[in-house]
Amino acid sequence: MATMHTDHGGATHPSGHVYAYTRTHKTDLERKRARFGFFCALPTGLLILIFILIPTFNIFRMSVYKWSGYSDDQIFVGFENFRKLFDDMNFVHAFQNTVLLLVVVTSVTLPLAVIFAAILMQNRIIGGSLIRFILYIPSVLSIVIVAAIFSAIYDQNNGLINGSLQFLHLEGLRQVWLGNQKIVIYAIAFSMLWQSVGYYMVMYMASMAGIDPSLYEASQIDGASKTRQLFSLTIPLMWQNIRTTLTFFIISSVNLSFVLVTALTNGGPDNASQVLLGYMYQQAYTNSSYGYGMAIGVVIFLYSFIMSLVVSRATKRDVVEF
Amino acid sequence: MNTLTHKVPRAQRIVNKKGTEHAWTAGRTIGQIVLTLVALSIAIPTIWIIIASFKDKGEFYGSPWTLPEGVHWQNYVDAFTDAHLGLYFGTSVIVTTLSMILVLVIALPCAYVLARFSFPGKRLLQLAIQAGLFINVNYIIVPIFLMLVDADKWLLQFFDAGFFIDNIFVLSLVYAATSLPFTVFLLQDYFATIPKAYEEAAMIDGASQTTIMVRIFFPMAMPAISMSMLFNFLCYWNDYIISMTLMTGDNRTVQVGLLNLMQTQKAATNYGRLYAGMVIVMIPVLIFYAIVQKKLLEASNMGGVK
Repeated sequence: MATMHTDHGGATHPSGHVYAYTRTHKTDLERKRARFGFFCALPTGLLILIFILIPTFNIFRMSVYKWSGYSDDQIFVGFENFRKLFDDMNFVHAFQNTVLLLVVVTSVTLPLAVIFAAILMQNRIIGGSLIRFILYIPSVLSIVIVAAIFSAIYDQNNGLINGSLQFLHLEGLRQVWLGNQKIVIYAIAFSMLWQSVGYYMVMYMASMAGIDPSLYEASQIDGASKTRQLFSLTIPLMWQNIRTTLTFFIISSVNLSFVLVTALTNGGPDNASQVLLGYMYQQAYTNSSYGYGMAIGVVIFLYSFIMSLVVSRATKRDVVEF
Repeated sequence: MNTLTHKVPRAQRIVNKKGTEHAWTAGRTIGQIVLTLVALSIAIPTIWIIIASFKDKGEFYGSPWTLPEGVHWQNYVDAFTDAHLGLYFGTSVIVTTLSMILVLVIALPCAYVLARFSFPGKRLLQLAIQAGLFINVNYIIVPIFLMLVDADKWLLQFFDAGFFIDNIFVLSLVYAATSLPFTVFLLQDYFATIPKAYEEAAMIDGASQTTIMVRIFFPMAMPAISMSMLFNFLCYWNDYIISMTLMTGDNRTVQVGLLNLMQTQKAATNYGRLYAGMVIVMIPVLIFYAIVQKKLLEASNMGGVK
């Protein structure tokens, strides 16, 4: 270790050259600086180890044990927990819902956010900054608040939708939004769209702002329409940014859906809206099957990781520059 | 980046003046209408909740669009006292403040030395931070909980009570620890941009390492500090999953309290109290957002790292 930083010393050291008079002096200072650096960084290193790395390792370790919570009996069962997962229809359903939410929410939210951003950036919209302010509001509110707002919107009797439909004498269109097995997951998807469209719009706006305006001018002279500009100029130039946000879509489809589902339906009716993270919590806390719960945790980990990798590979393009 | 975000739209507007965009073309009209409708779809439910929070119990039947007959403050009194939201609010304020202090005290020196020093284990720490950026805390909260339960079991052999579970200080520590990778990452980037000359000048003056770090570098990093604290504040105040898991007793944070209120009020159809509770939780964040919105919207592409 000691040789490592003397090697680095002369070349990369931020202020090394000030004291580079004699060799001994330098190593002395090096040692002092190394000690100072080490102790400043130590608390961060320890906390990340204890609260992030070890728990992550433990998810994988615990997934091969059968362990019912507070008792100390941990029985090694190998991949038994994973084998059981494939026969567990509730798990399969939760998995399907998570993937469905990812696909539905992404395929609606992403194009909408790009279009909204393009409209705001390329046209003189009256109240543009107010619209941007309002659209970002759901991103600063907690998911619990978002869930509570949608609970008020979807409420069976006095909710905003059903109440308004009755008011307009359109009782036929009334639905039990959160109690119908066929509708419930789309109701959740809609609330996720409502929550996140402004967040992505603001991100895309920032990346559109980085595009040289003379490019638009040039393409306009060439006779390109607004739509043509969006597809041939704006989107290719912000492709890296769009790729990055795809990873956020994957993670938020796992995370946001959990709190929303917990608050709005608790996984019901009859597990129709259960999602992966929700099922993991249910197994771990309500059911106290920690080993089984952690096997679900491993699946969530691998799923997000593999999905991110696949999406990142599939969307890889050469960086466009004009 | 920030200067770009601000200058380019202005330049674009100049371009636009020359073009046809100044007129109400079909595209611009549709765009205006669509965006106005989307903004309304977000503003209306939010405002509706605030108005409905003043309604009396009986006023919730019938059309949802009637205005309350009077300002029914009792909902707020109920939410604050009967539903203990006042108490939970206090807990959340303490936890959020404490976590923000903790994460700053721990992350700042670390980010500084990562940008400026070489020391044993530096490469390893950088790897750990990279890994930490990709590990979502919601995925690992169950093992964290079990680890704290185990620590309490061990303590119970020597003392009468556990310490780690249901403790707002431990909750704050977990918040701080799990947001370290993001915070250090952001701050380190900023420290790396500060010219070396500052450090050299101070060293020639004979200032100690600690003095240079605390007196010179920390104040200079204010823009990055406030940006990371903005995101951390929202993250701590809005958290539900971690605090629900680690606070097993009656001492709750405001989000957990609100969700509980939501579940009980749904059964009791006492909406007024629930909406009042939502306003209590929502208003501080909305005021905060209105104040810092410019900075937050500018920085939102950086916050994406999380």
